[in-house]
This record gives sequence, structure tokens and C-alpha cells, in this order.
Amino acid sequence: MDNNSEHTYNNKYIIGVIVSNVSGVLSRVSGMFTRRGFNIDSLTVGETESAGFSRITVAFHGDEDIRDRILRQLEKLHDVREVEVLDQSETVVRELLLLKVRNSSATRQDIMAAVEIFRSKIIDYSATALVCELTGETSKIDAFIELMKSYGILEMCRTGIVAIERGENCLKTR
Amino acid sequence: MKISGARIVVETLIEQGVDTVFGYPGGQVIDLFDELYKSRERIDHVLTAHEQGAAHAADGYARAAGKTGVVIATSGPGATNLVTGIATAFLDSVPMVAITGNVATSLIGRDSFQEVDIVGITMPVTKHNFIVKDVRELADTLRTAFKIAKSGRPGPVLVDIPKDVQTAVCDFEPKPDPVRPYPLTFASEMKLRKAAEMINRAERPYIYFGGGIILGKASRELLSLSEKIDCPMGCSLMGLSAVPADNPHFLGMQGMHGHFAASAAEDEADLVITLGARFSDRATGNKSRFAEHFSIIHIDTDCSELDKNIPADLAIQGDIKDAIFRLLPMVEEKKHPEWFARIEELREEEKRRTEEALVSAERRCREKYGTDRPPVLAPYTIIDTISRYAGDGDCIVTDVGQHQMWTAQRYPLKKPRTFITSGGLGTMGFGLGAAVGAGIASGQRAILFTGDGSFGMNLNELATTISEGRNIVIVVMNNGVLGMVRQWQTLFFERRYSGTTLKRSTDFVKVAEAFGAHGVHVTNAEELEKAAERAFSGSGVFLIDCAVDCDEYVLPMLPPDGSIDNIITDIKE
Repeated sequence: MDNNSEHTYNNKYIIGVIVSNVSGVLSRVSGMFTRRGFNIDSLTVGETESAGFSRITVAFHGDEDIRDRILRQLEKLHDVREVEVLDQSETVVRELLLLKVRNSSATRQDIMAAVEIFRSKIIDYSATALVCELTGETSKIDAFIELMKSYGILEMCRTGIVAIERGENCLKTR
Repeated sequence: MKISGARIVVETLIEQGVDTVFGYPGGQVIDLFDELYKSRERIDHVLTAHEQGAAHAADGYARAAGKTGVVIATSGPGATNLVTGIATAFLDSVPMVAITGNVATSLIGRDSFQEVDIVGITMPVTKHNFIVKDVRELADTLRTAFKIAKSGRPGPVLVDIPKDVQTAVCDFEPKPDPVRPYPLTFASEMKLRKAAEMINRAERPYIYFGGGIILGKASRELLSLSEKIDCPMGCSLMGLSAVPADNPHFLGMQGMHGHFAASAAEDEADLVITLGARFSDRATGNKSRFAEHFSIIHIDTDCSELDKNIPADLAIQGDIKDAIFRLLPMVEEKKHPEWFARIEELREEEKRRTEEALVSAERRCREKYGTDRPPVLAPYTIIDTISRYAGDGDCIVTDVGQHQMWTAQRYPLKKPRTFITSGGLGTMGFGLGAAVGAGIASGQRAILFTGDGSFGMNLNELATTISEGRNIVIVVMNNGVLGMVRQWQTLFFERRYSGTTLKRSTDFVKVAEAFGAHGVHVTNAEELEKAAERAFSGSGVFLIDCAVDCDEYVLPMLPPDGSIDNIITDIKE
């Protein structure tokens, strides 16, 4: 964050943003974060139920002041139709991880056990490597990665979070 | 009726009420220029010497007229040359539509000749921008561009049009009227009531206003408010000209180089009513020290300005004119005799400090040149003399640097939109292009105060002043140095004058003559008087090259990140 780069914030926020599905919109939104010096933990984008709109989910650490400044700057962008801070107690949050770990006879049983416990899935199997798929909240993904480190992570990628409100509440364009 | 994309651009501009565009032709806008030629009876094109000058001219035009300025440039270098001008307009909330040509859609992304991603480049310095890839979307995209540019807090919008979109044909139906801005947002009644309560309780209120008053056409409401609640006011650089300089409640510009009385009054206030201003670091000084002793009401049309730089005790989003208008009946008519007695003391103090600084400067000059009549002019003498000759409706335009601050402090501005300066971006080289645009917009004479540094940056636009037959008086405060940076080097860098001594021997009078203008060098008050007489008696472009000592300072000065306690009002040695 500007002037506060050493400062760590404990509050985590998730913002749902509905944007017009036009070229350049992701640059516009992510560019705003860079330009204003807002650090983000993750930013994901994808289609929505209506073809004209995409949905962006932004997660970041900050305080209320930073949160409000981010909201106001987002609302100002022409392509942004709806912005909302998602109440985390009322929101389902998920992230997807694909992780490639070394496969050896010494570690295979332990890895399989971990995969089972975390409700992960092996989606590719070869003599020397396994690819695991895992969905869950960020903390669960982090814990799984931590565990896998000792078995030799070859590579991994994660999507960043997507989030949706529980119940009937929807983030719809007005 | 089926017409080409290029023709659609021109027809849409005319439909939007545009009668003048500024620009420079090139390979990817040749079709557009062809249509401008065919429609030359209906729309003027002003050819500048450089695209940057065209962007500044469109900006100056917009600021003086209160209309949306339009600039046209070709792809690649034409487009990138606009960037400084677009950023200047963005930082000062100037409505502008910039139209650029681009290579044909089939060539985009191949690093074709004169191809740049101007939409990508200008994304952070525009309110919004577009690339039009389908001629059927061209007219509506341009209309939306105008709508965005002039809605709410205005700003620049860029529309990039590939060549094949300009040559493609499609149906076009002109609209009877220009697009209307998005509906205004109005301040909440409850918050205004709360503001009125705070104002009614205040014993030492102070109004800090900015350019939002001019953009929101709220000068009259502001004056009524300060009158009714008997409240002193000061402004940011962008707020200048919103109220007449001689208004008894007005203390002048506040902040880094603002008036002592304005900055001091703000510091001693118990309530600061901020109207259409954004607490720029140049207007507030040290952020953590600012607002230690007073509460803040902040009203702005742009929600994102609230709590951005300085947190307010009461932040209100809404159209500024409407907000003040509705606030007026809610506030009690007040007199603050004690507060005004104090304001008078501060004014006296300011007068004394200014006088001292002027005496010091004079003494320095006499000693330096070893004569009672040093061959240099005091900056305020230049501004005072010119202001006696200038008309009230003349546009005062500046470049950026010491001359800009002296003009902002001293020039007796009377009417909104008569002061045109690059505030937020501080763009040296802004002035001459802006003066061309401002003069065209107002139909009046433009007076450009500039320095030898700023003027040297874009003096090529002298060509435009001549080709456009403008009436411009150019006052160059020529001190042979980049004075503002030099002043910082004097104060904070132990006089190591790195890169600020110009050591040039440019003769600006000869330069003016070479372009077809007239000019004269002046080194004392008598010569200046004669020069001003000549400059203002005729028409055309007249340059007065004023010798100024390189060690004149802009005072007072709040050191960067300083407060009123650190204000420098005199430099003795």
C-alpha cells in the first residue's frame, strides 16, 4: 500500500465486481490497483450468467480506509457496473489448486493419504510425478501445499479465489 | 444514408456541438482530415506545430469555454505526443475528447509502421478510452466519449479509430441534440443538515475551495455562503478566478506558495469547509499535521476524493452548486467579529512580511549589480503593470514554475475561467498552446505569463499563434535559470545548481520576430510600461522579454511536507 508497504494488515476483504464484458476491462481494473498503489492478494475474472458481463473477484488485506478507497475508485471506472464487499460470514469462497509432486515409492503412500484426507484428487499419474487437484478455501489450499513441500513440489498453480454469497443475495447489475 | 467512418466522425462532432478541433494530420487520419476539409464551412480545424501543442490548445479551449475540447492526431508518434496534454487535462479535470487514428485492424499487434497501443498507454490518464473496431459502433462510441468527458467530474476520453474503420461505410442518423451528461448526484439532505449544524456551531470557520467551484458553476452560491456565515476563504491553485480577487472574504490561494493569511487562517480555524477541492499535497502541506485543531466538512461531486488524502469529519458527495444552494437556507446568518479581527491581523502580518521580502529582494539586487537601478524587474512589478493594461475578460494563461506562482499570488483575477494554468500535472510548456485555445474560445486577448524554461519547451507554437491570427501578449520572465528548482537547490541543496543554469543566449524577441510576431526586451519599469502600451494598443502577437534576477524567490514557501510553523516568508542573504 502506498506509504505503508511495511505495514501488515490483518483484515482480509473480498470484493465482487461486475464489469461489462469488453476488451481491456481486466487491464483497466488491475491497472487501477497498480496506479493507486493498492496491493492485492488475488484477482480472478470469468464469465457470468449473462453474456454482457464478467465477474471479477478481488481479495486483499487492508483497513477500512483502504477498502473504501478501493470501492470508490472501482465505482468510478466506466466499465464497472456493480461493486460489493462480500460479507465473509455470508459468503462461500473457493480456490482451485493444481500441484505436481514427485512420485516415488518411498512417499507415495503418504501422498495418497494426504490426498484422501484433504479430499483432493489425483488427476494425472506417472511413474515420477503426480498431479493433484484441490478445491477449497485459501487456508486449506495453503495447508495442503505446506504438507506437500516435504515430498518435493515440482510445480503448482492456483486460480486465486472466487466467491459467491450464500442464500438468495446476488451481486446483480442494477 | 450510408457514409464513411471518417465522415461519421465529423458529422458526430458537429452533432455534439463542436465547432473547433485542434490537431495535426498524418497517415492514419488522412481520411478524417479529408472529411474535415469537405466540412470546413461547418467546423474549424486549428493546425498546431506539434500534437502536444494541439492537446494543450484543446485543453485551454475547454477551460476557457467550459465546453469539451477536441484534439485529433494520427497513430504512433502523433498519438504519443498527445499523452502529456491528456494527462494535464486529466489531473485538472478538463473535459476533452482525443481522437487518434490507428493502423488498420488487420495490422494491429504486428508492430506495423506508426503503430502504438494508445489505448493501453492512456488508460491511467483518461476517464475512459475506446478503440473502435466496427464502423457501426463509431457514432455511438463518440457520443459516449462526450458523455463521459462532461459528466460529473469532467476529464479526457480517448477514442482510437483504425484506418479501415474510417474508410468503411455504414448508415448514419444524426441526433438532434448533443448527448446530455449522466444525471447529477445530489447531496443527502441529512448530511447537509449536519453540515449546517457544524457551521452554525463554528466560531472560526474557513472555506477552502478548489476548481470544483468553477467546473460546477457555483461561484455565486459560494459567495453567498461566505457572506451569510461571514467566513474567510482561501483556495487551491485550481480554484483561482472562481471569486473576484478583491472580495473582502477572500484571502487568496493557500498552501505551498499561497498567501500567508490564507494558510494561517486555515490553521487557526475550528472548522474547514472544503468545497470542490481535493487536499492536494501542494495545498495542505504535512498531512499528519494538517487538521490537528479543526474539523473538516468535505463536499465534492467525485466520491473517490472523499477521505482520499485527508479524512473528513463529514464527507458529502454531490453536485457542488446544488449542495451549497441547499445548504444556504439551513445555515444561520452570522457575524464573527473576533475571528475577523484576527483575520485582519493576519492580513496585516502578511502585508508586513511581503513588504519585508520585497525589500530584501530589492536590496539583494542592488548589491549584486552594484547600482541603485539594477537592470532587472521585480516579478510583482511585471504582473501589476500588465494587469493595468489587460481587460477583465482577457484570459490569463501561465506555464509552470516561479512565474506561475507569482501570477497566481498577485494577478487580480475577476471572472471564472479567466485563469488557465496546469495545476495538477505542472506541465512546463503548457502555456502557449493553451493560450491559443483559450483565445479562440473566448474571442478575447490571451495573456501568457511564462518563464524562459517553460517557453523554451514548446515555443514552436508561436507558429500557430501567427497562422491563427491570435491576439496574444507573451510575458517572458527571463532569469536564465530554471528558477523553481533553483530555489529548492538554494534552500535545501546548499546551492548546488545542478542542471538549472540555462547558459543559453536565446534571443526571444528575435525568435518571436522569426515566427512573424513582434517583441521587445525590457529591463526596467519605464521600458516595461512602454512595451505594455505597445503590446495592448495593437493586435497580433507581442512578446515582452522581461529581465528578472535569477535569485528572486517565490515567497512565502511552506517547505514540502511542512506546516504554517515552518513557513518561509523572507530570505535575507
